Amino acid sequence: MTHSLSLRRLGVLTGLAALLLTLGRPVQARVFEPESFTLDNGLQVVVVTNRRAPIVNHMVWYKVGAADEEPGKSGLAHFVEHLLFKGTETAKPGEFSDLIARNGGRENAFTSYDYTGYFQTIASDRLELMMQYEADRMANLVLTDEVVLPEREVILEERRSRVDNEPGAQLSEMARAALFMNHPYGISIIGWEHEMRQLTTEDALAFYRRWYAPNNAVVVISGDVSLEEVRPLAEKHYGALERRAVPERLRPQEPAQLAPRRVVLKSPRVRQPSFSISYLAPSYNRGEEGEAYALEVLSEILGGGTVSRLYLSLVVEQGLAASAGSSFGGDDLDLSTFTFYGSPRPGTDLALVEAALRKEIDKLLKDGVTAEEVAEAKERLQSAAVFARDSVSTPSRVLGAALVVGQTIEDVEAWPERIGAVTAEQINAVARAVFDERRSVTAVLEPEPTS
Amino acid sequence: MTSGTRTILQGLAAVVALAFVVVQPAKAVEVQRVVSPGGIEAWLVEDHSNPIIAIDLAFRDGGAVIDPAGKAGLANMVSGLIDEGAGELDSRSFRREMENRSISLSFSAGLDRFFGGVRTLTKHRDKAFELLRLALTEPRFDDEPIERIRAQILARLARDSEDPDTIAVLTMRRLLLPDHPYRRPLRGTAESVAGITRDDLVAYSKRIFSRDRLVIGVTGDITAGDLATLLDETFLGLPEAGDPVEVAEAEPRAEGDLVVVEREIPQSTAIFGHAGIRRDDPDYYAARVVNYVLGGGSFASRLYEEVREKRGLAYSVYSYLQPLDHGAMILGGVATQNGRIGESLDLIRAEWARMAESGPTEEELRDAKTYLTGSFPLRLSSSGRIARMLVGIQLQNLGIDYLDRQKAFIEAVTPEDARRVARRIFDPKALTIVVVGQPDGVEATREVPPDNS
Repeated sequence: MTHSLSLRRLGVLTGLAALLLTLGRPVQARVFEPESFTLDNGLQVVVVTNRRAPIVNHMVWYKVGAADEEPGKSGLAHFVEHLLFKGTETAKPGEFSDLIARNGGRENAFTSYDYTGYFQTIASDRLELMMQYEADRMANLVLTDEVVLPEREVILEERRSRVDNEPGAQLSEMARAALFMNHPYGISIIGWEHEMRQLTTEDALAFYRRWYAPNNAVVVISGDVSLEEVRPLAEKHYGALERRAVPERLRPQEPAQLAPRRVVLKSPRVRQPSFSISYLAPSYNRGEEGEAYALEVLSEILGGGTVSRLYLSLVVEQGLAASAGSSFGGDDLDLSTFTFYGSPRPGTDLALVEAALRKEIDKLLKDGVTAEEVAEAKERLQSAAVFARDSVSTPSRVLGAALVVGQTIEDVEAWPERIGAVTAEQINAVARAVFDERRSVTAVLEPEPTS
Repeated sequence: MTSGTRTILQGLAAVVALAFVVVQPAKAVEVQRVVSPGGIEAWLVEDHSNPIIAIDLAFRDGGAVIDPAGKAGLANMVSGLIDEGAGELDSRSFRREMENRSISLSFSAGLDRFFGGVRTLTKHRDKAFELLRLALTEPRFDDEPIERIRAQILARLARDSEDPDTIAVLTMRRLLLPDHPYRRPLRGTAESVAGITRDDLVAYSKRIFSRDRLVIGVTGDITAGDLATLLDETFLGLPEAGDPVEVAEAEPRAEGDLVVVEREIPQSTAIFGHAGIRRDDPDYYAARVVNYVLGGGSFASRLYEEVREKRGLAYSVYSYLQPLDHGAMILGGVATQNGRIGESLDLIRAEWARMAESGPTEEELRDAKTYLTGSFPLRLSSSGRIARMLVGIQLQNLGIDYLDRQKAFIEAVTPEDARRVARRIFDPKALTIVVVGQPDGVEATREVPPDNS
């Protein structure tokens, strides 16, 4: 494999990439044109001005997620996310939510492997209130069994809705656990039920104290506001918090993977079979320079929309599949995954679709992609970056997700340019490195006749 | 239309601009009524900050409700096929024209209307409108895409057939509206979709895509003059009037029944509701306010507080108004482990009755009103949302100054109105419940209604 996981070597690479970027100024359009500053306590604040409507999107991202949980405490990062709505030394449980609603705002929060985030969209003249309350719960959370124990029931119900009632989601959990044999990316984000049941108020507080600190957070604000307006508010509210020691995020890494794995879930509740083939893949962070960008272009060629190779071949020309495609995103702190998927037309055997898809992978490895395919895919991806500016929340989402895994604003802004630099040779090389069947998991969802 | 006529039309473009101002201080979103020389009307919010344009449109009386008997899913199937080849372009050429310019065309059928949307970069504007014109006026309906899209719909129906939420919603519609076309699944059934022919698809598009049914909203990097020209080029080819359609009025029949659809799953999914209130009812705004208090607020409502916050009985619990063109329902949902779903349902019934009896408190009413008025600008968060809103306002005949007036409608709701309307719309005796799962301690009062789609 070309993407070694030596941290030291990666550090050098990142430095070199950064240097090259500073020297050669881009000619291409930028993406969001954000502005940024960092408070003395280490909190980074990013602002994207968008004057379309008198509203702002305010997002607080913490550099901690499910992959940072201790063994045996699966679901804890997500549980803590829920518990941040339960009040502080000065705010009663639910007070912040009630205040947001009374002011016409909307809010929510999310947890992934590498990050946890909280956001509100609200009239721009209420931004300071949002910062005041977010800063408060960054440092002063209060938890008691009285609020924690019912919320533990809520996350168990959430698990039942999202996973236990959904065979496809159950299979995804099994497939990820098979793909990541050692890295915590193999553990369910929402948590394994038996471990969720054991999570306590003390667990939640310990996790909170360990990871929630201004120097471990990024605030991204997008909308009807400027950096000059944000700075004094951020200094007043977030600036008052103290920097605290936060652990390094050192996760167990994958061993050499030597055997392909196949996971099959059969259920009478499945009426439409489907399958996926996932490979371990480099991310922006873990790989040689440019590999993740090459994989993004490759995924667009193979599986992006109805003019992609897989759709045209499996769905249109051979008429075997109802759907077929691929997905890749490089925004992981550690390894990413490249996934192919397909589902047969009713009456067609899934095995035929799987065989046809594998043939496309073989063809790719043998013949590679053409320069024309690469040019078209790059154009489509670069156009997507123009649309990304449009909504008030997209800039906060994209910038936050990048910054919390160690990417820089420059990385995000240079994305169209780096996509533009991808060559067919790079794509063919990374495809041969990544699509190694020994580092893959095939997951199959099959109907089971009721007896 | 040739390029020669286009130049002339540009000079003649008649543009009427009616301005209104959105509530927040120091901010204005100006809606222009653009009427083309050929008489096509669109509402426009110009915004030149990004080089993109969003176009949304709808055809009234064009949704699944008018699918012919035995052909449920026809409108939906048309929506999947008109961007799969049109004019001289076969499916693959059409898709390439779109995707290699990052033009997105999307069509969908609702229960009452047929919707369309276009998103394009300014530099591909003329091509985007041209593809829209072709899709609406010259769809090919070639065999290959027909069979491919049919297979995709059948695959989707197969997947949905075991989805607890879908099962619950469709069962509820059959219970409340046993004889009305609204009871049928929007995407049809495996049987009805298998029976849809090319002739059906052609007939539908001829019948529904007409100028008298058309409503258009546009946002983004385009001037009123350019839009007027493009409106004529794009839509003048549509017939002036389509066939009239007759749809019976739906009178939801709710008698407080509880139905259990047995499925082997650990969590029971429930849908509850009864007849609701129409969009043009003078009490509609008061109904929105009281529903917000009961179950409309996502992190602040009585149902949320009682079922989730205090007891941890559900991740999601909610209620909403569903006003349709020919009837109305108020519906809600909850999902709780099989062993405790009965507790959730008891709480919901009690809250339904409490709201009917005494309405919201003064404080709840005040909070609901400030939420509903204060959250309005959130609808302006992207070009697509603005374009959709412009279409929605026209579909409901609310007037181009609606954005100016909507706040006053909410603010005018008095405590007396709220109590009266709560009593009017919430009827605990009629509250009908469908549970999908293996619920403990929940007694069904009648059989699952037969599938008569």
